[in-house]
Amino acid sequence: MLRWLGRNALRAYTGLALVYLLLPIFIVALFSFNDPVGKTNYTWVGFTLDHWANLFAIPGLLDSVIVSIRIAFISTLIATTLGTLAALALVRYQFRGRPGTSLFIFLPLATPEIILGASLLTLFVAIGRPPFFPLNEFTILIAHITFNISYVIVTVRARLAGFDRRLEEASADLGADGWQTFWRVTFPLILPGIAAAGLLAFSLSIDDFVITNFTAGRTTTFPMFVWGSARVGVPPQVNAIGTIFFVAAVSAVAIGSFLQRRRA
Amino acid sequence: MIAFLRRRPGLLPLLLLAPAIAWLVAFYVYPAIQMLQASLWSGTLETGFAFSWANAATYPEALGRYSDQFLRSILYAAVSTVVCLALAFPLAYTIAYRAGRFRTLLLFIVIAPFFTSFLLRVLAWKTVLGDDGFLLGPLKSIGLLPEEFRILATPIAVIFGISYNFFPFMVLPIYVSLEKIDRRLVEAAKDLYAGPARAFQRITLPLALPGVFAGSLLVFIPAMGDFVNAELLGSVQTRLIGNVIQSRFLVNNDYPTAAALSFMLMAGILAAVFIYARVLGTDELETGIG
Repeated sequence: MLRWLGRNALRAYTGLALVYLLLPIFIVALFSFNDPVGKTNYTWVGFTLDHWANLFAIPGLLDSVIVSIRIAFISTLIATTLGTLAALALVRYQFRGRPGTSLFIFLPLATPEIILGASLLTLFVAIGRPPFFPLNEFTILIAHITFNISYVIVTVRARLAGFDRRLEEASADLGADGWQTFWRVTFPLILPGIAAAGLLAFSLSIDDFVITNFTAGRTTTFPMFVWGSARVGVPPQVNAIGTIFFVAAVSAVAIGSFLQRRRA
Repeated sequence: MIAFLRRRPGLLPLLLLAPAIAWLVAFYVYPAIQMLQASLWSGTLETGFAFSWANAATYPEALGRYSDQFLRSILYAAVSTVVCLALAFPLAYTIAYRAGRFRTLLLFIVIAPFFTSFLLRVLAWKTVLGDDGFLLGPLKSIGLLPEEFRILATPIAVIFGISYNFFPFMVLPIYVSLEKIDRRLVEAAKDLYAGPARAFQRITLPLALPGVFAGSLLVFIPAMGDFVNAELLGSVQTRLIGNVIQSRFLVNNDYPTAAALSFMLMAGILAAVFIYARVLGTDELETGIG
């Protein structure tokens, strides 16, 4: 009896926890169909598709989305390249100072974003005076690459840990040189890990607000646009964009895991 | 180049590491040093800043002036961590042992919030917790709650927001530790006449502790730096040290005070991480978040 109760209490709790996790996502999507009175979009008034039909009727919104995508794309490319090389070194080679290096790479992840952003702002202020170093898309990009490098290293490294090195030895036994072994054996095997890291980096960059807030100057990314409009009232189009991002991210993950399952 | 590396194989890992490490030194370590220096500046943005060790007085001044916000940050971060732990453990337990074929789906739902914009999630809670929102509106209209009852603009709303945002960081490490436990140990305990409660207390819980520690740090650290939840869900009475740092930097251009506050916050957190790494080892920390 007690066990039955325990099991079902756990089940009921899990159900509640899932609602708790998903409710905000549902609310974001739901309120993209709301027809609010006035500027604030906090109470449900009525259903409309108008905001989806006029997705970019809000001045500046489309520009902010383009800026965000551009920064996310470039920062992912650079951080994934640098991070993957470093992760390879950390997993594949024993060398002096490796534990220290691991800890050092972990530090940016253990630093609150506000401190990362604030210290980069200080750097840009200090090296640029006078006149101050211009804060723009370029400084945001530097900031995003910085936090993404550590995330990529940790992710790729975790995926590389289960790598079977005998496959490389087999390749060498069959007469392949180091370069051929890397491109024909190692790289295809670690590619899913790199892709996962890239996806993580892209979604962290496109959604970053705190660090961007410190390094953006007058440049408006999508999260900056949301923050700016939160004071006066977030238009439902912003919810629609958020919903599109969500669906795109979920699809990317679903396609990724489908491809991986087919390979396996 | 390749021939050279073949003769000196020890250089290859260093070469692979160099770009990433150089980047982090330039844009993580150097800015931190720069911030330490900025905390010892005096002057304004208009007149320019001058460095002097005598400006170290900024530290006690800032600490005294913003001690309320500092203490509030510690309190809110600690409460949020405990709330997350209490909410996350049963969920992680279910996913690890009771989910069966739904395990992957449940894990996916745990991280699903990260696929929506962080700010939009916070604003969604503003909708839900609103004074006449989905939650309070009906309770008020049937008279269960007084008309003036509110959650928004109270500490509860801020702590709720912080807990929600970092909840997955608590679930995942605990799940990873639970999943690694050899269940035969629990069976052995039961063979030795331990009841389910005792087996949980003596086997499962101690073995899950690395995940609990990792999760606690992953919630506590970002919670200490929060200003978004406090700004969007709270009021003037819930201002955290993050709000002070943000406005000193970006609104008042008071770089010395803001830098000193950031530095004190960072120093405290790094000390905690180093102590933690000493106690558990860095590998534990990394498997915890991996």
